[in-house]
Amino acid sequence: MSTPGGSPYLAVQFRDMEAQTETGKLGVWLFLGSEILFFGGLFTAYAVYRANHPELFRYAHFFLDWRLGMLNTFVLVSSSLSAAWAVRCAQLGQRKGLRTTLLVTLALAATFLVVKYFEYSHKLHNGIGWGPHCHPSEELLASLPEAARALAVPAHLGTFFSIYYLMTGLHGIHVLVGMGLFGWLLRRLPTFGPDHYGAVDGVALYWHLVDLIWIFLFPLFYLI
Amino acid sequence: MTAQATTPSAAAHAGGSYLEHGRGLRSWLLTFDHKRIGLMYLGAIVLFVLLGGVFALALRLNLWSPGGGLVSNDAYNKLFTLHGAVMIFLFVIPGIPAALGNFVVPLQLGAKDLAFPRVNLLSFWLFVGGAIFFVGTLVVGGIDTGWTLYPPYSLEESRGLGILLALSGVFLLGFSSILTGVNFIATIHRMRAPGMGWFDLPLFLWALYATGIIQIIATPVLGITVALGFMERVFHLGLFMPEYGGDPVLFQHFFWFYSHPAVYIMILPAMGIVSEVVSVFSRKPIFGYRFIAMSSIAIAVIGFLVWGHHMFVSGQSAWASLIFSFLTLLVAIPSAIKTFNWLATMYKGAIVLATPMIYVLTFFAIFGVGGLTGLFLGTLATDVPLHDTYFVVAHFHFVMVGAVMTAFLAGLHYWWPKMTGRMYDERIGSLSAWVTFLGFNLTFIPQFFAGVAGMPRRYATYAAQFTGHNRLSTLGAFILASGLLVALYGLLASLRTGRRAPANPWGAASLEWSAASPPSFHNFDEDPRGVRPYDFGGLVHVSDEAGWVREGAR
Repeated sequence: MSTPGGSPYLAVQFRDMEAQTETGKLGVWLFLGSEILFFGGLFTAYAVYRANHPELFRYAHFFLDWRLGMLNTFVLVSSSLSAAWAVRCAQLGQRKGLRTTLLVTLALAATFLVVKYFEYSHKLHNGIGWGPHCHPSEELLASLPEAARALAVPAHLGTFFSIYYLMTGLHGIHVLVGMGLFGWLLRRLPTFGPDHYGAVDGVALYWHLVDLIWIFLFPLFYLI
Repeated sequence: MTAQATTPSAAAHAGGSYLEHGRGLRSWLLTFDHKRIGLMYLGAIVLFVLLGGVFALALRLNLWSPGGGLVSNDAYNKLFTLHGAVMIFLFVIPGIPAALGNFVVPLQLGAKDLAFPRVNLLSFWLFVGGAIFFVGTLVVGGIDTGWTLYPPYSLEESRGLGILLALSGVFLLGFSSILTGVNFIATIHRMRAPGMGWFDLPLFLWALYATGIIQIIATPVLGITVALGFMERVFHLGLFMPEYGGDPVLFQHFFWFYSHPAVYIMILPAMGIVSEVVSVFSRKPIFGYRFIAMSSIAIAVIGFLVWGHHMFVSGQSAWASLIFSFLTLLVAIPSAIKTFNWLATMYKGAIVLATPMIYVLTFFAIFGVGGLTGLFLGTLATDVPLHDTYFVVAHFHFVMVGAVMTAFLAGLHYWWPKMTGRMYDERIGSLSAWVTFLGFNLTFIPQFFAGVAGMPRRYATYAAQFTGHNRLSTLGAFILASGLLVALYGLLASLRTGRRAPANPWGAASLEWSAASPPSFHNFDEDPRGVRPYDFGGLVHVSDEAGWVREGAR
């Protein structure tokens, strides 16, 4: 049982590649469970402040462009598809397909961050920072829809944007880490094959979680 | 049983033990071997106990007289903060799982290593990184917020750099703990020896499994909490600080959502050790195996629902307090199930008063008092007057220091022959156990009385009526410290003078005792098969040198 099953990638503590792949996957799932709780703190903060200051959240959503959020949702969901496709390629030993799908995923992730960069910089240029640094500029206020202009700027508008920057920022950091991981997979490309695809699988699982978190962030900030 | 049981130590010395596998500092600092990583954790943790202990003795000396005076009141506040933070984050939480667990888990499973050895090393270095931040806190002048780091006080501008270092340290330590939990759970799921079912796991592993669940689910919430605290302090986000529009009670909820389950991260592994030791040294199969196993899981699950009992006086709603109080009392049920099963294990057993067993007996006494006084604090009506008095201090020291530390020492003495290949001196070991027990009780029992009489915690001075309580307590602290130093001396001395340990010096049945003492680099020379961990039938004592061997072993 314990003789290495011929694969040079088999770690000594495992009986065979299947045990190694399955164990690695379990480890990734456990870590992702931990990640959900990590974001959970922020979702709780969102819920608490939304319950305490609903007017803040109603007012603030005028500053978020749902079309950009929608675009990014589309980009990320597509990248999840290409990541899943990459796993399939790795399992089938299609290295060319694996390279293509990984590159596509990487490109989509970069697109997401570019869109996010434009959103952030537009806000910061117009005085919408976090906490005490949130003083929307006159021209931005003037450009708001009629319904918003009728309302006074609520006190502590910055609290909303603190939560916004924290949640989307932490998510953005996860996107960056994901890009690093996809780059790492590309560097190790020649090693992957039907009996050695655990790393691709693990990174793709992580990427789906990053996608999933955005799928919650998008409606919470942009839509409701 | 495999053949190793009949050939004690010989195997280790033929192929070289894990201690001889690779030499030089690099072979330790960058090792993936769970046994060496366990030993490195152990070394680090002992250092931090000594550091935290010195803080404790300074506190007790200052409390010798009502007016204090040994250190300034300001320094006193910093001392109790760092005493708490160092002991909790650098000893009690990582102590048993990271040091003893790392060493024992693969051995008890019959595996060559943990599932993710690299992650294990990463987790060790994250621990070291976190510890360095804590030491950095000391260097920049310390913090005086209490280990709970409650805002608004902790996040005011005037607190200085120390608080930022402490928050960063906790963040790194949290990730170290999460990765350990992930590793243990994956290992226990997937790396069991062939033929070892879930209910053939030694109870220490059930305890670490339950601990792992808490580490994975609760610790990330602490991570995000300290990260938010850090950002609040630097960027004034307005989440926790009222002056920026934040809610300090939210911090308390976040903090205790982790920190209450964290007390089960501390006590569950301790209970696991007790289950092992009590059975082996009563020479009787553990009583109520499944109940003990499942009560670990029950404690882990219920533990998530009780954090609000730390906040009875925080202004949370009365209904919330009532429900939290009820749920808190539920924890008593699985805890009592364990206790009664341990006592039933001893009933009509052939009890051997070796050092680990003496520590476990003192554990029963201490944990009994610690658990029962917990009921006073979990009950809403009695908690309100007792809140923030020395009653609370005494209660949590009974559970977190008394119970966890004695179980840690029981486990350390129990597995010491396996870790080092040397037998410690029983006379020194049992002396340390009794002195520690005496010192511990003398330190903390008077604090219950002082607390009930109204002495508040966290003050550098106190009313003259409490002088007697405090002097007893200070005397006790020095006796406790000397007991622990005796234990340390006994263990270290055994490295030079202890006789060589056989593979199975105790007549235990779980798999780690069928590996050589100390084990070879890959633990077992042949892949072992699962055994019944509490089946002592057929184990016979050959001699002190050869230890215990299973009759008729192939």
